[in-house]
Formats: sequence, structure tokens, C-alpha cells
Amino acid sequence: MTSRREAWIGERAERLEDPPLVRGAGRFVGDISFPRQLHMRVVRSDRAHAELLSVDVGDARAAPGVAAVWTAADVADIGPIAFRATRVKGLEPYRQHILARGKVRYVGEPVAAVFADSPYRSEDAAELVLASYRDLPPILSAEDEPGPFDAERSTEAHVLEKARGDIDAAFEGAHATVEIEVSVGRHSAVPMETRGAVAFHDAGRDVLELHGATKRPHFNRDQMAAALGRPPSSVQFYEGQIGGGFGVRGELYPEEYLVCAAALRLGRPVKWIEDRWEHLQATNHSREQRHRIRAAVDADGIVRGVDNIFLHDQGAYIRTHGVRVPDMTAGMMPGPYRMPAYRSRGHVRLTNKTPAATYRSPGRYEATFVRERLFDAVAAYLNVDPVEIRRRNLIAAERMPFAGGIDTIDHEVVYDSGDYAKLLDKALARAGWDRMQAEMSTRRANGEMAGAGLALFVEKSGPGPADGVRIRVDTTGAVELLTGGASLGQGFETVMAQICAGTLGVDYRRVRVVHGRTDVIDYGFGAHSSRATVMTGEAVRIASANLRAKAIEAAAELLQAPADALDVADGTVARTDRESGAAIELGEIARRLAPGSPLLAGRDPGLSAEGWHRTDLMAYPYGVHVAAVSVDRGTGAVEVERFLVAYDVGRAVNPMLVDGQLMGGCVQGIGGALYEEFRYDGTGAPLSVTFADYLMPTLAETPPIDLLLTEDAPSPYNGLGVKGAGEGGINAVGAAIASAIDAAIGIPGAIDRLPVTPERVRAILREAGKA
Amino acid sequence: MTAPREISLTVNGEAHTVRVEPRKTLADTIREDCGLTGTHLGCEHGVCGACTILLDGAPVRSCLMFAGQAEGAEIRTVEGLADGDRLHPLQRAFIDRHALQCGFCTPGFLMLALGVLEREPDIDEDGLREVLSSNLCRCTGYLNILDAVRDAAAAMKTGPE
Repeated sequence: MTSRREAWIGERAERLEDPPLVRGAGRFVGDISFPRQLHMRVVRSDRAHAELLSVDVGDARAAPGVAAVWTAADVADIGPIAFRATRVKGLEPYRQHILARGKVRYVGEPVAAVFADSPYRSEDAAELVLASYRDLPPILSAEDEPGPFDAERSTEAHVLEKARGDIDAAFEGAHATVEIEVSVGRHSAVPMETRGAVAFHDAGRDVLELHGATKRPHFNRDQMAAALGRPPSSVQFYEGQIGGGFGVRGELYPEEYLVCAAALRLGRPVKWIEDRWEHLQATNHSREQRHRIRAAVDADGIVRGVDNIFLHDQGAYIRTHGVRVPDMTAGMMPGPYRMPAYRSRGHVRLTNKTPAATYRSPGRYEATFVRERLFDAVAAYLNVDPVEIRRRNLIAAERMPFAGGIDTIDHEVVYDSGDYAKLLDKALARAGWDRMQAEMSTRRANGEMAGAGLALFVEKSGPGPADGVRIRVDTTGAVELLTGGASLGQGFETVMAQICAGTLGVDYRRVRVVHGRTDVIDYGFGAHSSRATVMTGEAVRIASANLRAKAIEAAAELLQAPADALDVADGTVARTDRESGAAIELGEIARRLAPGSPLLAGRDPGLSAEGWHRTDLMAYPYGVHVAAVSVDRGTGAVEVERFLVAYDVGRAVNPMLVDGQLMGGCVQGIGGALYEEFRYDGTGAPLSVTFADYLMPTLAETPPIDLLLTEDAPSPYNGLGVKGAGEGGINAVGAAIASAIDAAIGIPGAIDRLPVTPERVRAILREAGKA
Repeated sequence: MTAPREISLTVNGEAHTVRVEPRKTLADTIREDCGLTGTHLGCEHGVCGACTILLDGAPVRSCLMFAGQAEGAEIRTVEGLADGDRLHPLQRAFIDRHALQCGFCTPGFLMLALGVLEREPDIDEDGLREVLSSNLCRCTGYLNILDAVRDAAAAMKTGPE
């Protein structure tokens, strides 16, 4: 019976989300409208750095259909956008105001907002807003000397330091020091749906509603309420379907504040849908870092210590995440290696470009690229095989849990479980590594440029502090699961329904998962950092177990049977100690627990239960990526011929969805490795503002991707043993491809930056006399 | 120039008479005036393909056309794909193959695939890859979409059972 009860957990179950989506019946934010709504258009700075002398809105206000035009003076009572996640002090002055005050610091910064009765008319009027500027010299690279942010402050907002072990001793006693300089280009999530927000003030109830929320609805609701001087209970956030997030969606940006304030003050619903041109210069960028990193190595290739100095290009302001991206870069840099001494110093510098924050595997895509480039350099220096050099430095399975002695995002990094060497072996076997190397070397001998490379990584998932879930069964036996979690399209509802179904003993299709709603549940921590299955999933398991116990307790009384002889399966409580006998459906139990029922005998009515999961520990999945590439000697173009993602997820609730996460992440990673980059000209004007300039992979650029999903190291920190699945597909793609290109062109360490454009490859080949 | 004008559109076999400004795009008109919000806008400059519909059987970017240009044409959108409760083989295959995650690009991919499979039911692998490379998806990594369209091509040839 146990196996039957848990059947849904681990199934490749069809997604509950899909039927409306394939019919075009989803409700994305653009699909939500209210009668008499106004449409907001944001007027954005076309200067990278300038004093904002005046904003003339006279003509715009007089334009047809215009209800209002706002500048900074109209929202002077609303403060800068608060941090969601940082304990670092001193960053507050670098926050962004919702409309520029006195200065603009990037092209795309909001300077005015137009509200009109149609989106077309709001755009017409926006063109009539005349801002005048006095240009200031822009800072366009974190490698430039810091300059003034304002009268008191430098553009170097923070220097982030972490260390463990005795780094000086490591270098003093080393056989050799290997040093490299590498960098990752500016790119970002770019989900297919742009941002959007619809605010509606229901004056009858005095409730302000914001539609289009996601990621952290509860926290953001509280922030919005505080900014507007309202009690949180009078501001409610609603999540509908969301067209992808990957880190950038669902944070508070200026536009959410503007539509909420306007809905209250103008007395009409206000809708804002970002266009793609805006998205590419207004929504968070990410990833841009330059590292100088050196390793102290022994003659046998053991890395004794690593010293990492890096420059983080934050863009114009510090947004909701504070300095989390460089923090995670520094905290996750050691990866799967022992590296007993480690020191990191990250300079967080503001530049006159779009503000940057998290993008899928934030800090780790960067750190893995840098670390794995360093290990390749060590291997080349010592003339040891790159796989062998890694193997010698891996943390052994017996040392788990492994406390690294450093922290990230306010948590000590303690790898919970893992057998890195085992996964490496499995990945090499699955890829046919030896055969692959032999084939590549034959092809190279025949004049082709082809090669294979690999990279190892540790991911992180599920920061606490807690997650709570409420479940109730109605009189038809349908299950409603209320969670403060959120969904960005990854299959959250299906996974939560499977965990509930498997634990409670019902069909997962009978479970309705309600999420992203501040009005139905008091607390919520949303969906980010691969936390949903680890944190919300465990809360679902606990709540479902509580509900099951309650159902059995009631059934025991109703059936006059001992509780330990009862089990729940397919929504029915029945005796397990007899072939046939009395049974009762969950819906019937719910009916018998209605208010006034004699069965209650003083207990609260209803068949419902709550469950909380609390932990400060994170789960650390891990993986190996293998890439095979060829390089066109003439054009410099890189083709990824095939790719392997090997990943230990602890336990997969729905392997089909985990595979989907890994595959989708992998292709995004290929984009960042080869194609995607936000470029700027010398004045700070963005050059990547359409999909003709910002190049994302299509099917044509997608290689065959093999997935090896393992469950060798369940997390000891939750009842299911699950670890996060969202970021393992992307983490090491840049690193593995760089290594493969080095091998293909026969120049160790040649690839020192991402993306690897054809132009860059051509320059490398020319310089080496190989073009 | 911006004075609204009455036009008639045929969408999924149904006649819609709408009053729109001449500058209004076909995508906006389908969404706002016909109330069919399954056609999505991902870039509004003709690259991503989320707004792909069939116009007289051919896949087109509805963000790149004015509504007035579609007068007299047969327009098909994702809402017309299923036959009541029965999903179209393409819709079924997208679910079976996990060819969607957030679902935002899905209507565009479905209509793109429908357009090509109706015209070229025997399209080869390279041809299919080429056609499906005209739309963007940021979640799935595409390979499941290719598998789904391949499955649907086979199912469409055998017809409904």
C-alpha cells in the first residue's frame, strides 16, 4: 500500500498547466483588462549620464486621450525602490527612484510617465514630452577608474570580501602559481513575455489590486503597501500565467510603483505592458564581470589555494537584490574542489548602463566559467589531463556534509551530500569521453578544428527560512492546496500536486494548486533560487501528511476501525487488513466534518490541514557538462555539435520536468556562451535593443542534448531528498564550451571571455597564425 | 489619418466587424477587438513569432500587419485549433512531449507548425528544423518542440481515429 500511496512522486506525469496553454486560454498580464483602464507609457532617458535640467510635459498633457503626465515631482513622496535581499550596509544611496530626480544614469531610465486612454495614444503623447539634459561623461566599464556617483559617493559602491584558510601560506609554499584573466559578457534572461502590470483600485472595498505579480508576491506586496502608506491587507498582488522569469521577472521595478500610485490617484485602472525595445534596456541585465584569479598548486596538481579578484559591472543603480550576484560568485567559486585556502575580493562598481541583477544560476554561471578556466590552465601548465587534474582535487563523498568555511547570501555554504567523482565517471562513460577524444584528434589531424571539453559545478537551491502550505478537501473530494509559492511557467502546479497526491493518497489531477495570491494565504516566499520543490514541496509533503492523519482519524471513528489499519488511496480511506470492507471517500469525510456535525465533538470543522517547513540549510545539487564543438577556420563560427548535461538532483519528483529544466537551461547557456551580449557605443547608447541585435538561440543553433539525471545523493535536509532543478542546465555551459573551443583550435587558454563571437575567434586564430 | 474605420475580419470562421484606427496592428485587433488573447506579442518587430497566425493558410507575423490589410482573408488563431473538447494532434503532441513550459510562445509555434504541415505534410527533418527556427522559445530548448511536431505530423496523416 505504501508504494501505491507514493506512486505520483517520481512519475513523468503530464502537466496540469498545459491544456489551457495549448488552447491560448492562459491569462497572461497582457490579457487582463479592466473597464475604463488607462495605459501607461514610460518616457525614458536617451542619455547615459546627464543632469536632468527640465521635463516639459505641456504638449503631452494637452494631447488627445491623455489623463495625466507625471515627472519626479509628482511622485516625490514615494521613496527609492527598497532592497529585497541584502544585509550589506551602505548601499541605500545607490537605489533607483521610480522617476529620475535631477540626474539620469543610463539610457532607458524612466523620466516621465504618460497615462492615456489607449496604448497608441499614450505612445503618441510620450513623444511630446521634452526632457532637456546637460551631458556628463559616462563610465561604461567596471575596469575604468571609479568616478563620482553623486556629490558624496564613488561609483565603487562596495568591496565584497570572503576568505578561508591561510592564503598567503598556500602561495608561499606552492610549487607554482597559475594566473589567468577572464571575463563574462553582459547578457540576461530575456523571457518571451515582457514585463507588465495592471493596477486596479476597488474603491468599494478600498483594496488596491496589482495583476502581473510573480516571484515574490508577498514580499513585494508588503513593500508596495509601505511605499504607498497603506496597510498590507489593503494591497493585494495576483499572479496569473507568467511567460518565463529566469530571475528578472517579478522583482519590483519603477513601473509597478507607477501603475499602483496612478490607479489610486487617477481613480482609474492603469495597465502597463513593456515592449521589447524597453525590455532590453530597462529590465535587469546580468553577468558582466572581469576576474583576475590565480591558483597555488603543488607539483602533483593539488590546488592549495585560490585568490580571486573581480570587478562586477552593476550598471547604474543597485536594484532589489543588493549585491547578491557578486556575493554568490564569491561564495560558490570553490565548486566541487577542496581548495583549502581561498580568498575573494569583488569590487562592485556602478556604470552608466542598465542596472544588473540575477539571471538563472546567478553568480554561478560566472564562477564556474572562471574556476573551470583556471583548472584548465593548471592542467595545461602541469601538462596533466584536464579530467585527471579535476579528479585529484574533488571533495570526496566521505567528507559530506562539507562545510566550506565561507558563506553566501547570508548562509554558510555547507554541501549537504554528493559523490562528485561518481558523477564524473558516469558522465564520462555516458559521453563516451575517450572515444570522443580519439575522434576529435583524428579530425584535427585531418585539418578540422574540432574538440571536446568539460566542466564541473555545484549548484545551490532552496534558501529558507520557511514555507507554509494549507490544504483542504471539499465535499466532492477535490483538493485545494494554498501556497505562498509562485510559478514562472516551470511546472510548479504539477509538481506540488504530485507531492500532495503521493503523500495524501489521491489522484494528482484532483489537486488544484493556488499560488501567487496574497489574498488567500498570509505568508509566501515565492519561487526563485530553485527553491520551489525543495522548500514549498517539503511544506506540501508535511501538510499532506497532516491532512492524511486527520482523514484517517475521522475515518477511524466513522468506520469503527483502528486507525493503524486504515490507509488512503485514490481518495478513499479503507482498511488494509481485510480484502473487502468498509471504506469512505475523502469528500464524504469532509461532509461529515461540516460545522454542526456531531462527529466534530468540539473540534474545528473541515477536512483541512497546514504544514510548515523550516530550515536555514540549502541543498546543493551538482553536475558535469560535456561539450563537443567545431570551429569554422574561415568565419570563426563555433558550432556546438553535441552536449551532455549530467546532473544529480537528489530525487526527481517529475523527471520529465527536470529534463525540461535542464534542456531549456542548457540552450540559454549556449546563448550566453556564443551569441548574447548587450553592447554599448562610446556614448553609452545601447546597441542591442531588438532581437535583430540581441541574438538568442533558435532551433538552428540547438545541438542534440543528452541528459543524464541521477539520484545518487538525496538531500538529508528534506523528507523527499529533493534538490533544485532549475539552474543545473545552464551553470557550466559557458565553461564547457570554452574548454571545447580551446581543444578545437589547439590553443590552451585561448578563450578568456564570453560570448565567444566569430569575430573573437577569428582574432585569436589570426594572432596565432592559424587563420 | 487616425480616424477609426469599420472593417470586417473572418477569424476561425467567424465574422468580426470592428472599428479600428488604420494604424492598428492585426495582432492588437485580434487580441483587443476580437477578444482572442491567445495570440501573444513577444517583440512587435517580427522576430520572435509569438504572434504567428495563419492568413489564408500561410503563417504570418500578425504584429507586422495592419488589421485593414487582413480584410477578406481567412484568419486562423490558436483558439480555432481544437475541435470542442478534442485537442488538435499538435496540441496533444505538445503536451505529450513536454514541448511547452511557460506557454507564452506556444500559440505561435502551434500555428507555425500547422501552417507548414498543412502545406507540406511530408516535410523532411531539415525542412522542419528550418521552419521551426523562425520562432523563439526561451524555456524548452526547442528539441521537445521538434519532437512534438514530428509526432503530430504522423498523427495528422493518419487522421482522427
